[in-house]
Amino acid sequence: MTATATGAPGPGDGFPAEVPLLRVSDLQVELITEAGVVRAVDGVSFEIRAGETVTIIGESGSGKSTTAMGLLRLLPDDLAVLSGHALVQGRDTVADPRAAAEVRGRAVSLIPQDPMTALSPVHTIGRQLLETVRLRRGDLDRSAARDRAVSLLTQVRIADPEQQLRRYPHQLSGGMLQRVLIAMALACEPALLIADEPTSALDVTVQAGILDLLLELQEQTGAGILMITHDLGVARLVSDRIHVMRGGRFVESGEAEQIVGDPAEEYTRALLRSVPALGPWDGAGTAAATAPEGDR
Amino acid sequence: MNAATAPATPILQVDGLVVEYAVPAGVFRAVDGVGFAVERGATLAIVGESGCGKSTIARSLVRLITPTRGSILLDGHDIARMPERRLRPLRPRIQMVFQDPYGSLDPHLSAAEIVAEPLRQRGVRSKAERATEAAGLIDRVGLPAGALDRRPPEFSGGQRQRIGIARALASRPDVLVLDEATSALDVSVQAQVLALLREIQRESGLTYLFISHNLGVVREISDDVLVMNRGRIVERGPTARVLAAPEHPYTRALRAAALDPSAIEGRKPRAVLAAALAPTTEGAAP
Repeated sequence: MTATATGAPGPGDGFPAEVPLLRVSDLQVELITEAGVVRAVDGVSFEIRAGETVTIIGESGSGKSTTAMGLLRLLPDDLAVLSGHALVQGRDTVADPRAAAEVRGRAVSLIPQDPMTALSPVHTIGRQLLETVRLRRGDLDRSAARDRAVSLLTQVRIADPEQQLRRYPHQLSGGMLQRVLIAMALACEPALLIADEPTSALDVTVQAGILDLLLELQEQTGAGILMITHDLGVARLVSDRIHVMRGGRFVESGEAEQIVGDPAEEYTRALLRSVPALGPWDGAGTAAATAPEGDR
Repeated sequence: MNAATAPATPILQVDGLVVEYAVPAGVFRAVDGVGFAVERGATLAIVGESGCGKSTIARSLVRLITPTRGSILLDGHDIARMPERRLRPLRPRIQMVFQDPYGSLDPHLSAAEIVAEPLRQRGVRSKAERATEAAGLIDRVGLPAGALDRRPPEFSGGQRQRIGIARALASRPDVLVLDEATSALDVSVQAQVLALLREIQRESGLTYLFISHNLGVVREISDDVLVMNRGRIVERGPTARVLAAPEHPYTRALRAAALDPSAIEGRKPRAVLAAALAPTTEGAAP
């Protein structure tokens, strides 16, 4: 892997574009629990190409997070048995644990669910971000790494980045912390971002900012995104394709418009019916022009 | 009180409510002069984001905290700063269902024991009577009789919220304060719990104060809504009107940020988000 001098993440690091960034075929994950072996993921297959967003949507226990964690091999080896294939830029993380270790933090970055607990509370934002920067860019000296950290925070639209580097996680709001975690993910210059419920712990107006940031970064870098969510609105907004997961299997897969607008499976229809409708409103266009004055 | 001449006296009337917390930097005013009234049998929703003061209002209403100033009239009795001795007999009349179905039930008690506790409080002396009434309440919230002897860890999140509702109903309250009562649930389970709440209200005429950050849920359950931001009410009115034609910019931002899957058209429309984006909504510190 070569890192470019500018530090701009390149899609796939020169990997041929016609090959999917991620090709998962017949992935199975069996979890060893006290109650016996549970097949949490029961033979799922999907692909993600550069610039695409593919979403796995499902309710608690459907296996959506286990799918993501499984293909990154972030599940404990003694409790999770994997089979099938997960090719990240052609390297099979299921067959080869070393391949998984090598793609994590390089080809693939993970954006975790709960930004409030994902960072160490006893180290500054700067120390944690610099650690990530230097993992990927061992060639940078201290001050160059710091410059890179500042530019990453700027890229995720954090104001006054120099100041933020000196702060501790508890001094930042959830939305700000999620931006820091996205900056850390970008520090790896990944071809593929895996976002596991990246906005579930956030307020809706903050969620809007984070989703917009992810879409903007995707436009800039051409990264593929695997989005894990339980939120149909989020899935509909950001996805090219959606896989609806239940009981470890995909019950329906298709284009985002089709899944939401014309679902084929009864389970998908029931899921959509469960989302309380917001009803009509007159403000979609005009509200954009006015910033809320009720906020600081 | 002029209950005789005005039968429509609100069951709950709050005026000038102020709640302040001591913080290292001095005093933080979580609720800053809030007033509202709820008619018997109606549902008022309070909607807002983290830190807006909605949960502080909920905790004040059931007097888990004592407000700094203002009045809370529960059927004419001002409970805002009432001493515990006098408050105690009124407590059963306003009950709360908590957000976290995992932390709000004693894990060592069976479902039957949890629901029977308030009955003892209410003065049901006979153990057999308590057991019978608890069984009736468990049935009322749609749990099987087999649930009675099981303990909270054996239940799913949705089932636990049903136990929490049964426990609140055991006091025979006039007002039920539901603080993000369905937020921790999957959407399909949330839909079932909302249906249960509507059914209970239809049958018993219970008054709900429904606190939520979710506009869709609020639209489904409430007659009127208060929109809160930073301890103040920024907009109020009939829920259908407020959601269809929000007047305050903050309400508009909230409305735009609530992603309704069936209302989104086209692919990856950052434009959808633009209406919700306010660079100022994220503070530096919680």
